[in-house]
Amino acid sequence: MIHTFIGNLGHLFVIIAFVSSVAAAFSYFKAEQSDDIDWKRTARSAFYIHFISVIATVSILYYIIQNNYFEYHYVWSHSSRYLPFYYKISAFWEGQEGSFLLWIFWHIVLGLVIIRTFKSWESPVMFIFSLVQAFLVSMVLGIVIFNIKIGSSPFLLTRDVIDAEIFKIDPDFIPENGSGLNPLLQNYWMVIHPPTLFLGFAATIVPFSFAIAGLWTRKITEWIKPAIPWVLFSAAALGLGIIMGAYWAYETLNFGGYWNWDPVENAIFVPWLVLIGSIHTMLIYKKNGAAVKISYLLVISSFLLVIYSTFLTRSGILGDSSVHSFTDLGLSGQLLIYLLVFVILSAYLLIKKWKDIPSTKQELTTYNREFWIFIGASVLSLSAFQVILPTSIPVLNAILNNLGIQSSMAPPADQVMFYTRFQVWFGIGIAILTGIGQYFWWRKIDKKNLYNEFAVPVVISLILSTLVMVLSGLRSFPFLLLLTSGIFSLVSNGQTVLRLFSKKISLSGGAVAHIGVSLMLIGILYSSGLSKVISLNRSGMIYSNELPDEVNKENILLFNDQPLQMDDYELTYTGRKIKLDGYPGYYNKDQFNLLRDVRYLTARENILKDNRILIHKGDTVKYNPENTFYEVSYKKENGNNFLLYPRLQENRDMGNVASPSIKRSALRDIYTHVTVVTNEKKEWSETTEEEVRLGEAFFANDYVCTVEKFERIEEIDGLPLEEGDIAVKAIVKIQGKTNDFFIEPIYLIRDNYAARIPEQDNALGIRLTILKIIPENDSLVIGINTTQKDYIILKAIEKPYINLLWIGTIILMTGFTITIIRRAREL
Amino acid sequence: MKKSHIFGIIIIAIAVMIIIITAGDASTYVTFTEARKMATEGNNKKIHVVGQLKKDDGGNIIGLQTSEDMLSVSFLMIDNENTEQKVYYNEPMPSDLKRSEQVVVIGSYRENIFVADKILLKCPSKYQEEEIKI
Repeated sequence: MIHTFIGNLGHLFVIIAFVSSVAAAFSYFKAEQSDDIDWKRTARSAFYIHFISVIATVSILYYIIQNNYFEYHYVWSHSSRYLPFYYKISAFWEGQEGSFLLWIFWHIVLGLVIIRTFKSWESPVMFIFSLVQAFLVSMVLGIVIFNIKIGSSPFLLTRDVIDAEIFKIDPDFIPENGSGLNPLLQNYWMVIHPPTLFLGFAATIVPFSFAIAGLWTRKITEWIKPAIPWVLFSAAALGLGIIMGAYWAYETLNFGGYWNWDPVENAIFVPWLVLIGSIHTMLIYKKNGAAVKISYLLVISSFLLVIYSTFLTRSGILGDSSVHSFTDLGLSGQLLIYLLVFVILSAYLLIKKWKDIPSTKQELTTYNREFWIFIGASVLSLSAFQVILPTSIPVLNAILNNLGIQSSMAPPADQVMFYTRFQVWFGIGIAILTGIGQYFWWRKIDKKNLYNEFAVPVVISLILSTLVMVLSGLRSFPFLLLLTSGIFSLVSNGQTVLRLFSKKISLSGGAVAHIGVSLMLIGILYSSGLSKVISLNRSGMIYSNELPDEVNKENILLFNDQPLQMDDYELTYTGRKIKLDGYPGYYNKDQFNLLRDVRYLTARENILKDNRILIHKGDTVKYNPENTFYEVSYKKENGNNFLLYPRLQENRDMGNVASPSIKRSALRDIYTHVTVVTNEKKEWSETTEEEVRLGEAFFANDYVCTVEKFERIEEIDGLPLEEGDIAVKAIVKIQGKTNDFFIEPIYLIRDNYAARIPEQDNALGIRLTILKIIPENDSLVIGINTTQKDYIILKAIEKPYINLLWIGTIILMTGFTITIIRRAREL
Repeated sequence: MKKSHIFGIIIIAIAVMIIIITAGDASTYVTFTEARKMATEGNNKKIHVVGQLKKDDGGNIIGLQTSEDMLSVSFLMIDNENTEQKVYYNEPMPSDLKRSEQVVVIGSYRENIFVADKILLKCPSKYQEEEIKI
């Protein structure tokens, strides 16, 4: 039975949410214009209705996902019966519609906080809020007016979206299962990264609304103070969301790191940089009333950049240039209108009121802190500009082509190299300024005490960086500069924190955050700038016979059981493993029999762990058949040995996805992923026959094999023999390089007929069959088939000091928290 | 002139510099014919070429070869102007290469071979479900 009611109810709530947000916007506008308490009451009621209908919509979407209502297209295309509940939460926001809902949800939560805590600002601020909300809800409205599609509803039925034969035959057909969540997103970070990121996204609306409200209601400067904690909060949430995404990419994707300068990463990074800039200028205002104009510009652009990045990722304009883009829902026109409305509205208000905004009267000198903060904000803005410009190339192409100018610009060929070349300098600038800034922020510095203040920290930093430089062998000039400036920032901010610890710890937020940033910069410098491919094939291979140039290859080929020296390690690929639900560690698939339901296996033998039986023979266990783990042993001369299990996920719909396995240690990570694996469907050679006696050696696939003994057996694969059957198995030992392997083919005589049950070892590429037993010679004839030995192609990268990046993040977040608490208390 | 003006001019100068360098570093979408012309003129800039793998009438891929050590691959690609070109890629064969419906190669000519540094693939049915499986 198709559950149509709940979907209709969901759709109804979306429509109510839309209408009520429009009503709230209108009434708040009236309330502000007329200062009429009735309008304010109406507006508030409309917002509460909006609040309730958004909650209802979100709950209904979650309900149909959790209950596997595959008659709904959203559920069918993003979820499946087999997903555990926490991944069903991720399924909620895998699609465009769900992620819009997530964003809408955060807005109503923030809106409620505003209504409760900022009574005097309620009308103008909530007007902007409700207006934005109306635009956002319209994206999931899913109605058609005059042939124009407005929004895409998450409550569409599968049969209405997909034109499949089955629905013509049986309109009530419900797909048995959904097509599942993208395997890359089946990761715990995907449960918390999107909500955090969208909270940061959503929070940018608060300072924006305050700024617009300030312009509109002529409280030209008063908006800054209440907006400060919100800018901080939004920057913290967005920053945390970005880093979580980076960490997820590091653990799950296989581009070799945590940041790829992908357009979607850039689109979120840019508003964050601008937000950070706005924090600093707003704090300057708080301190001495300057920097109002630049604060307006930065706060407003950070919100507009958030909408712009939404446009980039959701309109389909990035096409294939990004891994993250959503599928195009044909909503680009609507998104463009959304973007233009807010750009024009803000620009109009800003231009109209520009003269009323106070300028900084005081002349800038090198000795006042405003000067340094201005430079800081400019460096951040320029850095943002440098990132957004190339990211917008597809947009520029679209604009030019629409104007009739043929443009075939493409993003830079080597993105990472391209961005790094610029950003390393911005990083240097930021590190130096966070260091200098501290001195100017806390003290009055002039020509006389300049030398006294700076001499000690500069000397300490230079000594420390020389030391680090010598020890770590850093050579590149910009890297050296970044290291030195990072250390200078650490010293200067560390000094400040120490001083404040004994006085007033609540003031130390800024310095703590700066320590975090400089640690992150140093961590990025080492882990990315000095990351080293250790699976380098230094044979000086030439490209191909047709090309003269020599190149290194960055991958190595590992055959099962054949050790290979790589950098300081001896690597051996030791086979394919699986993971079982509810059991620790990795297991050989050969120890289990497959069942018809592909998610279950039964044990062929007792499986031991620490001399105790962990899984009994015949027990059924659950596993994920999509995942194979390739066990690779790393041996180092100093006895520092470990195993890594890079994963390949074979998903019917998404193709093969390789994820790395990372050996973490305090000073460096060893990051390993497979690039190619042997196809399981391989072709076997023609049978060759070999007559051998017990104990006599023969060759198969270059391995030395010996028949160790014969054994009468009473059962085959757990099934007892029938009356009168005779069965023997030959135990054949195969000498591997690191291990011995055993293959045990079976010879069965039933009703005077011989049945031959071969056994094969896929890893070694050997299949053995007992063709004949010749009792008079005391020998047997063995049939040998061989195939490609199991191999993997692997890439391994060393990432030094990557932990500095993660530690830096935690410190940065601590700094944010201290500052948010302090600034919120000041309100 | 006020200091803040000098400051503004410096910022604008840096922004302009960024625009110029970006425009210079931006790659372009070209055809193999244009790419070859660029290469003979001594322009070694990395460019993007869009096309497909060469296939016979039965839809089988022709000219796809992995090196003996399996660590690199070369294939024949037909661009949007139907020019055929041998492309060499110094990485193991991407797992989706064979089922791709569109290939974008980023790289440049060396002698007569196009050496790709990066390959972007567009595969059917990836991240979009169009059919119901029963």
